Amino acid sequence: MKITRFLKTVFMVDFVTGLLIALREMFKTKKTINYPFEKGKISPRFRGEHALRRYPNGEERCIACKLCEAVCPAQAITIESAERSDGSRKTTRYDIDMMKCIYCGLCEESCPVDAIVQGPNFEFSTETREELYYTKEKLLDNGDRWENILAANIKSDNPYR
Amino acid sequence: MEYINLVFEEVYKIFFLLVPVLVSVAMIVWLDRRVWAFVQKRQGPNVVGPFGLLQSLADALKYIFKEIIIPASSNKIIFILAPIITMTLALIAWAVIPFGEDQVLANINVGILYIFAVSSLGVYGIIMGGWASNSKYPFLGSIRSAAQMVSYEVSIGIIIINVLLCVGSLNLSDIVIAQQNMWFIIPLFPMFVIFFISALAETNRPPFDLPEAEAELVAGYQTEYSGMMYAMFWLGEYANILLMCALGSILFLGGWLSPIDLYPFNLVPGVIWLILKILLLFILFALVKAVVPRYRYDQLMRLGWKIFLPFSLIYVVLTASYLFYFNLLPTL
Repeated sequence: MKITRFLKTVFMVDFVTGLLIALREMFKTKKTINYPFEKGKISPRFRGEHALRRYPNGEERCIACKLCEAVCPAQAITIESAERSDGSRKTTRYDIDMMKCIYCGLCEESCPVDAIVQGPNFEFSTETREELYYTKEKLLDNGDRWENILAANIKSDNPYR
Repeated sequence: MEYINLVFEEVYKIFFLLVPVLVSVAMIVWLDRRVWAFVQKRQGPNVVGPFGLLQSLADALKYIFKEIIIPASSNKIIFILAPIITMTLALIAWAVIPFGEDQVLANINVGILYIFAVSSLGVYGIIMGGWASNSKYPFLGSIRSAAQMVSYEVSIGIIIINVLLCVGSLNLSDIVIAQQNMWFIIPLFPMFVIFFISALAETNRPPFDLPEAEAELVAGYQTEYSGMMYAMFWLGEYANILLMCALGSILFLGGWLSPIDLYPFNLVPGVIWLILKILLLFILFALVKAVVPRYRYDQLMRLGWKIFLPFSLIYVVLTASYLFYFNLLPTL
């Protein structure tokens, strides 16, 4: 036993084996991707940047029930509402402080009309903190931009809800 | 006038030696990271330029524009001098490396001794950097590094004696020419292996990168350095690695000689063969980095003093007796 160990050490058997394994592994397919150029697949349930959705006729979905504001554990959402001229209750202010947000998805869970959702976008870093105070305009704009993907995601996740 | 012309010619030669060396240092850093990444099944740097080849250039630019921070309690002159010394010493050793027959900047008769002296001086840059930083991690890192480099220099010296016994000259070109019939890697294979491992230790490469063991010593002697000064340490380190690869290929792999002295092979210029051999050795350097874990300090010292030193000494006696008994000693 001891002699085999000694011979193994002298002829660096373990080292050479390791080197050969390394050489073999070198030419296998890579496990990583070229991130900015190719992106990994993300689930329809992915909780990324927030968006406020609209109905197909252009009307905002949000009814200012303030459930998301109440449920938000980080208290990142601020809502103010008023009666509109046609008698419906709408938000006058819908702010999300994206720096407070912990991306738990409870706002999305609590929303009775699927108005506030978290989309697949995770690349919204900014250079200043002020840019991360999202207002209603910004959120609605997000909703318009991502609507196709958001609708598809909600649809594909629906059977499991 | 004649004198000025001579100076001009020398400067011209030095320029055309240094620029390729510095460029290849940048390329070799890229190769190192790439091989390392490939073994770990990552992509490695591949964005800047074709295959990421210009990554080192981008890094160098970043270092140039970074602020150089000199610690208030440091010894400023020595602190600034240390990276300069490291890089200069790593580069001046290239003067005696022969790239082909008569293609050498300084064909001095004690070439190998010169390289040995210069690479020994390299310890000073590290010790000065560690000492002048006036901080505990750089200090401990530089002490370790100095002890390690001195220990392994001894065994490298004795390995070189083995080669010199077979050649009978200290001139690097003569060493290469002496390998025309047989590369020294064949009769001196154990010495080649020990030389390679000692070179790893000498250049502070993994598994012997104790001076920079980040878990224990942050970044060793480089901890307090930033910006261009850090980049100079880094350049010096890689220039040293390249130099060790060049030395290994000259001592054991027949330098600029082609592997087989046959028609299509001996048309290829010697420089290409030398570069290929250096690359081969360097890829081995990079592979070793990816494969082996770091040695403990006492293990490192034991390996150097208790195993490599006696073994290479015994091999010197063996080589000498063999050459003497069969009357093969080179005539001086």
